[in-house]
Amino acid sequence: MNERGIFGKQSVNNLPQRHRMALIWRLIFQVSTIVGIITLTALLYNILNSTFGYLIIETKINPASLNAGDVPLEDLTKDALIRILEENITLGAFRTLQRDLPFEQRSRDDVFDLVVERVLKPDVKVTFSLVDSLFKRNEIEETLASSYPNGTLVFRTWLTPRFLITPQASVPLFAGVRTAVIGSLWTIAITILVAFPLGVGAAIYLEEYATDNSINRIIQTNINNLAGVPSIIYGMLGLAIFVRALEPITSGSLFGLVADPSTANGRTIFSAGLTLALLVLPLIIINGQEAIRAVPNSLRQAAYGLGATKWQTVWHHVLPAALPGILTGTILAISRALGETAPLVVVGASTLITLDPSGPFSKFTTLPIQIYQWTARPQDDFRNIAAAAIIVLLILLLTLNASAILLRNRFSRRLV
Amino acid sequence: MNSSNSIDKTIYAQRLKRKPRIDEAIIQGFLFFCGTFSILTTIGIVYELGKEAMLFFADPQVDLVEFFTGTQWQPQLYNFGVLPLVNATLITTFFAMLIAIPLGLSVAIYLSEYATSRARNLLKPTLEVLAGIPTVVYGYFALTFMTPLLRSIFGRDIVQIYNTASAGLVMGILILPLISSMSEDALSAVPRSLREAAYSVGATKLEVAVRIVVPAALSGIAAAIIVGISRAIGETMIVALAAGAGPAFTFNPFKAAETMTGHIVRISGGDLSYGSIDYNSIFAIGLLLFFITLSLNIISQQIVRRFREVYE
Repeated sequence: MNERGIFGKQSVNNLPQRHRMALIWRLIFQVSTIVGIITLTALLYNILNSTFGYLIIETKINPASLNAGDVPLEDLTKDALIRILEENITLGAFRTLQRDLPFEQRSRDDVFDLVVERVLKPDVKVTFSLVDSLFKRNEIEETLASSYPNGTLVFRTWLTPRFLITPQASVPLFAGVRTAVIGSLWTIAITILVAFPLGVGAAIYLEEYATDNSINRIIQTNINNLAGVPSIIYGMLGLAIFVRALEPITSGSLFGLVADPSTANGRTIFSAGLTLALLVLPLIIINGQEAIRAVPNSLRQAAYGLGATKWQTVWHHVLPAALPGILTGTILAISRALGETAPLVVVGASTLITLDPSGPFSKFTTLPIQIYQWTARPQDDFRNIAAAAIIVLLILLLTLNASAILLRNRFSRRLV
Repeated sequence: MNSSNSIDKTIYAQRLKRKPRIDEAIIQGFLFFCGTFSILTTIGIVYELGKEAMLFFADPQVDLVEFFTGTQWQPQLYNFGVLPLVNATLITTFFAMLIAIPLGLSVAIYLSEYATSRARNLLKPTLEVLAGIPTVVYGYFALTFMTPLLRSIFGRDIVQIYNTASAGLVMGILILPLISSMSEDALSAVPRSLREAAYSVGATKLEVAVRIVVPAALSGIAAAIIVGISRAIGETMIVALAAGAGPAFTFNPFKAAETMTGHIVRISGGDLSYGSIDYNSIFAIGLLLFFITLSLNIISQQIVRRFREVYE
């Protein structure tokens, strides 16, 4: 017998050793897979851990000194709150608030928030993670007593309905993601409007019309290569073409939407949407091609047999059959665009936007950009709102992906 | 009677003749335009990056040789050596691969050779979730989880707040699902008969997996790894958040260093005036990045095409 069998030296004699190796490696493979799952858990744990927790807050002015009688601030009427506001901020600041929105129209809670923000001026000294808040309550109280005698301890949930509907602000305690979410939705809408027809058109062309000649082969190879280009390169393309070269169009000045043409700026939602459209185009094409390819040929032949033209066949028979697949691919591409950050930073997202974007020609910020800018700040409380914003983003993405899976399941059932 | 019959015949003959259909031609034209649009994108990328990069290299203070060999990148002092940026990119990519290749391959082998179909149906979607998380979230993870972890293991004096190791390791987690799913496809494509032949001569499960299936799927695995490397080189948000701001030529993975992508993001994130040397320089870096990732992707496609074992 060959002493060096294909499975190593003296493969017949060392059977126990070979089985041991098989067992060890099986464990290694299993552990690696578990490591992947653990990382996912760690990621989610890490985010949730920062979304809730105790804060030590010091206010500039002691609430008791606000001359509101014995009534605590929380129980004051709207008029009393307005009076406090009037007494404690400058006249100019008060008039600006009045001009933004007259006090008669503001709700009591709104005025209360203004008092907290403008008069009390809370300052977050320390933040604690959720786990620390739950299990190290005593230590937290010791820190409070020893280092921050004037501070108050507050349990804060960073992700609240309020967080969703308040615009961006420079102070984390009062910041929200409203402008970022609206910016994201606008950008995605433009991306879909541009990328979906172009992508599906290209997929139809490549699958139904293209003959096997050199041009079409180049197109196909090119699309596959574009899918692997780093997203930041698309950002630079968007910066050079949409923001700079096509500035009159993307800033809206060509349509008379900018009062002074010299201030026209191409760093708009429109540019961002077009850039993301270029980015997801290859994905939509490749997924669309797969969906169209899966349509059985007999369908086409039946249509031709009845005398349908090529386009009639495609429009009435191939596309309806391929639509669920195409939509699934598109949704996945959209969720990619929704999470994309780097190209939009390059295209020029604005850092602080407190007003809702009003249309495609507004300056923009999006949810991932907000997360990036908040994470990049060294202060702890910015990390907390970044974590809350991440949860909002992940929920949006999860909803998108779930709808893609539902579509796919419906589609596969229909084939059977 | 006879004459009307012949008229009918000519009408039928005309109908049977291929009619020029203008609407069909317009539609086909539009579809062809959609198809060629991707070529326009590529031309746009090469042209725009090339044009701005040309302006950069045409600057009298920039030297092409210095660009590729210089170890200092200080635009204020007109030192444009790209090596610090490339070096940081290589370090983060190395750490990413240190995680992604062994783990990704193990996961692929486990899923394709060992896992029951129930386990696979549970694990694959979970890994897909991992792949679908936006990179900026991984950046947050690197900064708030991995860096503190490294600092508590190796000491705060050794590990800086921003460092390439942390960014690289988290990037490895990001790329793991990519490598594992591409490799698993390659492994699953190996025909059953090969495995059964090996079992019949007395191989253990491990020997079948490692000596029969993996070599048979090697081209697909190699392609997956190269695509993973290309992805790591082009990855931006993790390094922008966790690797540090400011080019530094260092081989120490626990020190801050800016990668090519990180530099592009930081420079373009500020208020950048068109036509300045800063503006042009990021296009030169971008062009370099584009060609590196493009060649890696082409190599990967060639490997699949050239070395794929076709069975049956």
